[in-house]
Amino acid sequence: MAARETTIALRDSIARGERTATDACNAALATIDALDASGPALHAFQLVLADRARAKAAALDHAFAKDATLAGPLHGVPIALKDNIVVSGTIATAGSKMLEHFVSPYDATVVERLEAAGAVIIGKTTCDEFAMGSSTENSAYGPSKNPVDPSRIPGGSSGGSAVAVAAGMTTVALGSDTGGSIRQPAAMCGITGLKPTYGRVSRYGLIAYGSSLDQIGPFAGNARDAALVLEVIAGHDPHDSTSARRPVPSFAAAFTGSVADMRIGVPSRLLEQGVDPEVLSAFRDAIASLTTQGATIVDIELPHSRHAISAYYLIATAEASANLARFDGVRFGARVSGGSLTEMYDATRGRGFGAEVKRRIMLGTYVLSAGYYDAYYLKAQQVRTLIQRDFTAAFATVDTVLMPTSPVPAFRFGERVDDPLQMYLADVFTVSANLAGIPAISVPCGTTTTGLPIGMQFLGRAWDEATILCAADAWERIAARA
Amino acid sequence: MSSDTKRADGARFSRQDVARIATLARLALTEPELDLYARQLGGILEHAEQMQGVDTAGVPPYSGATTEDAGDALREDVPVASLSMDAALQNAPQGDRVAGTFVVPKVIG
Repeated sequence: MAARETTIALRDSIARGERTATDACNAALATIDALDASGPALHAFQLVLADRARAKAAALDHAFAKDATLAGPLHGVPIALKDNIVVSGTIATAGSKMLEHFVSPYDATVVERLEAAGAVIIGKTTCDEFAMGSSTENSAYGPSKNPVDPSRIPGGSSGGSAVAVAAGMTTVALGSDTGGSIRQPAAMCGITGLKPTYGRVSRYGLIAYGSSLDQIGPFAGNARDAALVLEVIAGHDPHDSTSARRPVPSFAAAFTGSVADMRIGVPSRLLEQGVDPEVLSAFRDAIASLTTQGATIVDIELPHSRHAISAYYLIATAEASANLARFDGVRFGARVSGGSLTEMYDATRGRGFGAEVKRRIMLGTYVLSAGYYDAYYLKAQQVRTLIQRDFTAAFATVDTVLMPTSPVPAFRFGERVDDPLQMYLADVFTVSANLAGIPAISVPCGTTTTGLPIGMQFLGRAWDEATILCAADAWERIAARA
Repeated sequence: MSSDTKRADGARFSRQDVARIATLARLALTEPELDLYARQLGGILEHAEQMQGVDTAGVPPYSGATTEDAGDALREDVPVASLSMDAALQNAPQGDRVAGTFVVPKVIG
């Protein structure tokens, strides 16, 4: 694939008058037209908002002609949003038949902030139903395809957003990450994906999956673009009491371009089994390059991380079973009529939800039910505390923790759908950051012999996205020289 | 029955167990789904049993990464605008805009 244009270069070219927001919007729509429904039919987009985007771009051009100094930090930049983030007056399906005709009556806070910064929302991207999945195969509207090899999954659940950026349809996109749903597809598509600290970005207008784990974050071609988008969407929001009242720093201002004084922790014992040999080899090569460039590699222990998958799938499903109780055929979404009120509930939910969503609601309902709560849910929340403490201990001696993003490169469609446990186990490296509430960024670190992208992730202290973005930026420079 | 006994049983789901959970979750499941979930949920919980070996004596359940910020989560109790009735009803499968209500099957006789 040709080198992708960066968001900053695109914005600056519009600011210099070399092209208009309308030009950029039309170019994005033309690329989507050529690659998405036809051509390789990547199906990155669930819904393309062509008319809305053109109108917004025209308004930006009009305002810019009057007063160019008012141009925002994302002036004229087309952006794609995962279809679980709501935009007023447009359909948001979250990949579910339940919400096939749901038109949002309001904007998500990230939408308001993006548009205030001059971004142009170009469409809504394919995702696993209610963000539950690692491949987009759980979308009720068909999966998205990996642009590197369309016979393979793009990762998930924010797969469509990863594809939009990897295939050059947009330079940036938003996804949501509950257990790896931004970082894993970023790794599998060969781009950058950031999960911010829990509470950094408002979740208002994000269709909820696991409320103590969900965070919205950017996909981009590089760390600098990811930092820019994070600066725009981050910060306290009165509509989300879990969004923190913390100042949002200029992340890119902390970029040094170097890892020379950086202490990087590697949990080598976690990598001893279950990691694809090519992924492990690429990861070890990256560590060698970082060492050559002056980073200090420290072997660390994260002793409770081997229980992270179990804790994650009990906590996330428990929260999902409560969050998805709202889909009952009464206030919004589908309804299957007939019989009593409870028969209507049962039929609506039984038919409206897909197999994976029902599986997770069942698991979550079970672990919260009388007699099992202590053994499963409470135990998982205690293990979660231990996982958080492991990271706190590690960050006493290192600046960032480095590990692979996914233990395997992109797999073929259908390869894992029949065995949910095997699908869950592949989230082994991503769920810990969500359980501990800390930020993590996935960056490309090479390819397999057949050309499939491999990713690794830098994890950071809570609220310290600056350090991991700086590390990711420095790594890009090292990788570009190799 | 102690929770330990129930946990040991829980690793092997019967169709009746699955049907009971489906009732709690308000999900109408088909016969093949009952069989599928009995098998799959059993497998997932069997894996999660490994977690029981972790010593969690005296460990508090997780209360958030951002606890230092939780203290200021309260706001002044000032009324602010919310969705209009029409906007709230626009996605209802069955709504009555005149009465301002969501309409459901008859609940009381």
